[in-house]
Amino acid sequence: MTKRSRWIRIAPWALCAALVWQSAAADEFTQEDLQRWKAQYVSVVQAGRALWTDRKLGTNGVTCAQCHPNAANTHPETYPKFQKQLGRVVLLWEMINWCLRNPLEGKALAADDPNMIALQAYVTDERRGVPLDPGKH
Amino acid sequence: MTLVEFAFAKDTDNFALAYISDAHIQNIKGSEFVRNWDRGLIRAVAETNLLNPPPDFVMFGGDLAQLGTKAELDHGAEILAALHAKVYYVAGESDYYLDLGDYWSRLFGPQWYSFDHKGVHFVVLNSVLTYEDWTFKRWPTAEQRMREMALLDNPNGSPFMVGEKQRAWLADDLKKVRRNTPVVVFSHSPLQKIYRLWNFWTEDADEVQALLKPFDKVTVIYGHVHQIQYNQIGHISFHSVMSTAWPFPYPQSYAQAESYLPKLTVPMNRADPFFERDGTGWQFVNLATGNADIYYNLYNNAPRNVAFNPATGQPEDTTYQASDTRTAPQQHY
Repeated sequence: MTKRSRWIRIAPWALCAALVWQSAAADEFTQEDLQRWKAQYVSVVQAGRALWTDRKLGTNGVTCAQCHPNAANTHPETYPKFQKQLGRVVLLWEMINWCLRNPLEGKALAADDPNMIALQAYVTDERRGVPLDPGKH
Repeated sequence: MTLVEFAFAKDTDNFALAYISDAHIQNIKGSEFVRNWDRGLIRAVAETNLLNPPPDFVMFGGDLAQLGTKAELDHGAEILAALHAKVYYVAGESDYYLDLGDYWSRLFGPQWYSFDHKGVHFVVLNSVLTYEDWTFKRWPTAEQRMREMALLDNPNGSPFMVGEKQRAWLADDLKKVRRNTPVVVFSHSPLQKIYRLWNFWTEDADEVQALLKPFDKVTVIYGHVHQIQYNQIGHISFHSVMSTAWPFPYPQSYAQAESYLPKLTVPMNRADPFFERDGTGWQFVNLATGNADIYYNLYNNAPRNVAFNPATGQPEDTTYQASDTRTAPQQHY
């Protein structure tokens, strides 16, 4: 057998193996990526926790944590839902704004305000593992 | 706020006391205070002054202030000064950790003491002490120490305790009390262990309970938890009082933690945040039998009755029953 014909017999197998290896690798995230994304997430959750206990978030020194230790009784898994006191279906950030305006006597935040995103990240992180239950009362 | 009624063989010996707790008066700046918390205490004082029969005295259950400042304690004391009856005080952590109770004691007197009133022995404890290292060595400023302890869910906090010195005082104080005398103990934190990380907990609760064990009828009434709790351990009945400021969630509503809420306790409904007094109602406590029967007046919910059941020897909710035959309370979010 010539050197060339041996190569032809091996080639399909090698090609298949290469394809399998390539397709498995193509969709995998690197550990470096995962760690970077996790760090980004954790830093926003931590920023949310800092806001949760920040006497300057409103105007009267009252903090979210005073009534909601560990963000308990916020139930992020139940939104969107009909909020009977507001008379319509709302998302969690709208309820957070109600708290900012009333008990904290402060100003509402825009939905995409980094502080609003951080507050929701913290609340949701404290509730991790609880099944989604939108619309629940 | 709570009305505690004591009834005895002779009608002339009957008496009532009122209980107000956890006002958390919070200074914004200068002479500005958080309106919502002010209103809760002002309302409790007004309603106490309208009680019939009028209470022989009023207990204040601790956490008059939010961050222990003179401004907050003075403002709170000024609101309480409108009470017609004599007031006895319990110290809470939010009164204490700025100056370790110095200004509080100048206003209100000793932090632990006892007195007898018409056949009942009353004991007041400071149950919010903690380890010396945490108190004296951990924090660069008194203000930071106060803020760290005022934050309920703070992993940098430290568990409450009565401490060896006060337990020795209590043992000595109880020596002169007959075993069949009803004993009522007032503390800020629960003298039982429920959830450590929110300090629904007293580190040396077991040791304190051991000192109370010999007495036939003991009732411990505590604040701090801002919610309905009750329990029975041996001859000791435990009852919490609600806050005039805001309600706390039950520890089991925190998904990441395990708590030991007494099996007897039927949780109260979740408060409606849009009604700022909801979940901060007040209680009448009737001790006519020597055990506490409590009627909870909940502003936005049906009233609740927790009465001592002589057949089972424990307090039970007369509507929602004991844990094995329980009608669940409303569970709305």
